[in-house]
Amino acid sequence: MPALPLGEAGVYVAAAFVVFVLLILVYVAIIGAKIARVERELASLNAPDDRREG
Amino acid sequence: MFGRGLATLAAVAALVFSGALAMVLFYAPIDADQGFVQKIFYLHVPMALVALAGFVAAGVMAAIHLRTGERAWDLRSYVAIHLSTILGVGVLATGSIWARASWGHWWVWGEPMLVAFLIVFLLYAVYPMLRFSIEDPERQARYASVFAVMAGAFVPVNFAAVRSAEPLTHPQVLSTTGGNMPPEMLATFLVSLAGMTLLYLTLWKLEMTAKRSSEALRRLQRGLARDTDEASARVAPATPPVPAIGGPSPGTPAREAD
Repeated sequence: MPALPLGEAGVYVAAAFVVFVLLILVYVAIIGAKIARVERELASLNAPDDRREG
Repeated sequence: MFGRGLATLAAVAALVFSGALAMVLFYAPIDADQGFVQKIFYLHVPMALVALAGFVAAGVMAAIHLRTGERAWDLRSYVAIHLSTILGVGVLATGSIWARASWGHWWVWGEPMLVAFLIVFLLYAVYPMLRFSIEDPERQARYASVFAVMAGAFVPVNFAAVRSAEPLTHPQVLSTTGGNMPPEMLATFLVSLAGMTLLYLTLWKLEMTAKRSSEALRRLQRGLARDTDEASARVAPATPPVPAIGGPSPGTPAREAD
């Protein structure tokens, strides 16, 4: 196949990079949500101590 | 505590990845044959190589787990496979986009490289199903490690078999001639590969941090629950028994039998 013109090729290149970025963002968001849940549970465990100290 | 060095690693990965992107767009020459669409190469190939290397590394970690019995190695192996499988999705997606742009088809079943990667990907897609179908943690870790070792050994064998097969349309990048790349392309490819490797290591460390924090929290919760139970058990005998409804009160002496 002959090389695609820059405009059309640019769409494919952008699509590939967007797919990659989205994949990484979704992954980081899922891991971030898990870490946030751990932080929340840790805060709820510390809550009685915090109240006593306060 | 668990994420020590993660911020530095992430900063270095972001720096190298940004540099690689800049080189892809402004430094690497446009390919004479494929034109601008060849730029996908700098994303697709490093991602494929890092994903395959991750599978092999997971096999090595699993072998260490089987040898030493340390559960930490099983966790490391699991996270490496998880991350490589996710990168595998990216490899298949970007490869399909590139194939559509340069060959006119989203997928070519007759091309050994594509089908071989799909087989490896599907093989590892089975791993979570195998792992989480076993409830006993010890058995789960052992079976998952055996799978990871076998599959990890299959990856380089598969790769070598594909390379020795007759290629139809997929280009071969890693060869003794360096894939006939000009120095600017080769430099850009190597920086992209370094960026992808650093990104993989950063994400691996991030997921390990999340897993270890979660495990530490569970241990803490179990310990607290045990302490609470023990404290309740110690306190319980000191409290007076609750009188039964209609029965004698605790202080009432039993009536002597006539």
